[in-house]
Amino acid sequence: MERCRIILSGSGGQGVITAAIILAEAALLYEGLNAVQSQSYGPEARGGASRSDVIISDTDILFPKVVEPNVLVCLTQEAYDKFSGLIRPGGFLLTDSHYVKQNERVDAKQVELDMHQKVIDKIGKPIVFNICMLGALITFIKLIKPESIMKVLENRIPPGFLQINKEALELGIEMVETRGKKA
Amino acid sequence: MKKDVVFVQGNEACVRGALYAGLDFFAGYPITPSTEIAELLSRRLPAKRGKFIQMEDEISSMCAIVGASLTGKKVMTATSGPGFSLKQEALGFAVMTETPCVIVDVQRGGPSTGLPTSVSQGDVMQARWGTHGDHAVIALTASNSQDVFAITVEAFNLAETFRTPVILLLDEVVGHTRERLVEPKAGEIDVVERLKTSVPEGTDYHPYLPREDGRLPMSDFGGVHRHHVTGLAHDMWGFPSNKPDVVYGLMHHLIDKIEGHVNEITRVKEFFVDDAECLLISYGSAARTTRHVVENRRARGEKLGLLELQTLWPFPADLVRERCASANHIIVVEMNMGQILGEVKKVVKNPDGVFLANRIDGGFITPADVLNIIRITQGKGV
Repeated sequence: MERCRIILSGSGGQGVITAAIILAEAALLYEGLNAVQSQSYGPEARGGASRSDVIISDTDILFPKVVEPNVLVCLTQEAYDKFSGLIRPGGFLLTDSHYVKQNERVDAKQVELDMHQKVIDKIGKPIVFNICMLGALITFIKLIKPESIMKVLENRIPPGFLQINKEALELGIEMVETRGKKA
Repeated sequence: MKKDVVFVQGNEACVRGALYAGLDFFAGYPITPSTEIAELLSRRLPAKRGKFIQMEDEISSMCAIVGASLTGKKVMTATSGPGFSLKQEALGFAVMTETPCVIVDVQRGGPSTGLPTSVSQGDVMQARWGTHGDHAVIALTASNSQDVFAITVEAFNLAETFRTPVILLLDEVVGHTRERLVEPKAGEIDVVERLKTSVPEGTDYHPYLPREDGRLPMSDFGGVHRHHVTGLAHDMWGFPSNKPDVVYGLMHHLIDKIEGHVNEITRVKEFFVDDAECLLISYGSAARTTRHVVENRRARGEKLGLLELQTLWPFPADLVRERCASANHIIVVEMNMGQILGEVKKVVKNPDGVFLANRIDGGFITPADVLNIIRITQGKGV
């Protein structure tokens, strides 16, 4: 397989690092693949640019950072402006239309989804925005099954919050699957 | 899914390794990027009836683990650069009193508070000479979660075997990168228990009288033997002495017990070293980048090799000299201004053939950073 080199980026507090951990753990534990996750962030606890790198491969992963992502997710304009130039030409770039105005000069398959607004409308809890994004992302990259993400969530998340996470994941998947039809 | 496979940070691998080795007592003061070690142990250590204490600062944390060790416990503390600076005085006390302990330094950018969330390997020389006075010390490192687990167990084993502080020099990238760890089963890695004295209660116990093999059996402080522990130069009873012959013997004992066992303490990993025309020497997370370069270039037929050091101190001089002997160029890859470069230059026949590939701006060293230096040694431009 070609190495899947993913950068998830946004603002501290949006949950991009958590999403990256869940994604990588699902790949490693439930898909029989190898995965490495790392992150870079500033000294502040909230706010500031936040970035997490995930590499998914069927071989050993030595260099743990992503230099040229073939999958990039940007959840803020700041992150988009900073990282969209890194993407491998022709790569896949996902943004949230509420936060990011895409630049058509970026050489990538760019997709924007109104994930944040949909999460507010349908679930009412912005905290699961990142899981909705994860649902959309795995539907595009097709390496990780939703069930694998759910297994990780079951281990990591208190039972009381599992249902809204499941709804968010399904919402993300649904947004991608119905995208062509509505547009 | 296999139950023994987990997806963990290097910091968690260190925690799991420490618990595997029999950690009883942890005192610390959390600091990025080592915080997860304290955080995880605050839950897991009490769960196995160990003691976790968050002290008021790093100085008291270091003092606490030395005290706990003297009472017979396996002990550890964890910190990063600024805290490691504060620990140096009590670390010297542990050297002088020959108290086994493990100090984890998850390195970040320095000096001072520097770059709290960025990677660095700037504390290599501080591990060697951070505390004052002539002394020897053991410092180990590793480059991935699996190796961090094993080297942490090793750190405890060496601390007990040689009655010495062992410094575990991790770095932000190793500490924070999450990846696969296959947790070793009980018995898979040897665990060294403390050598305790066989002197019975009521008989004089000499805490600093070496056996014929040079080792010093310990008696739990506060147990059956009354004995003295001091940071002053001391005689075999542990009482202060400034007699030249006593001090001479003590200094030689402290240094020889480590420098005289370099081979026993040395841990390295070798990749394509035998026929390497260009040998790269690296350690910690920088060794990941280096191995990435070496494996990619080998696939194209270029004769690159990697010597990954896991023991930094005592420096494995003979081994490095021998491995470097047949290479045309040596490149040391590290995230500092050449702290191990200097050691390599000291031991090889041709110091002018040793080059540095480094990064000191808080960014993680990339394959391009290493390849640029390789190109220069090959006579090509950057």
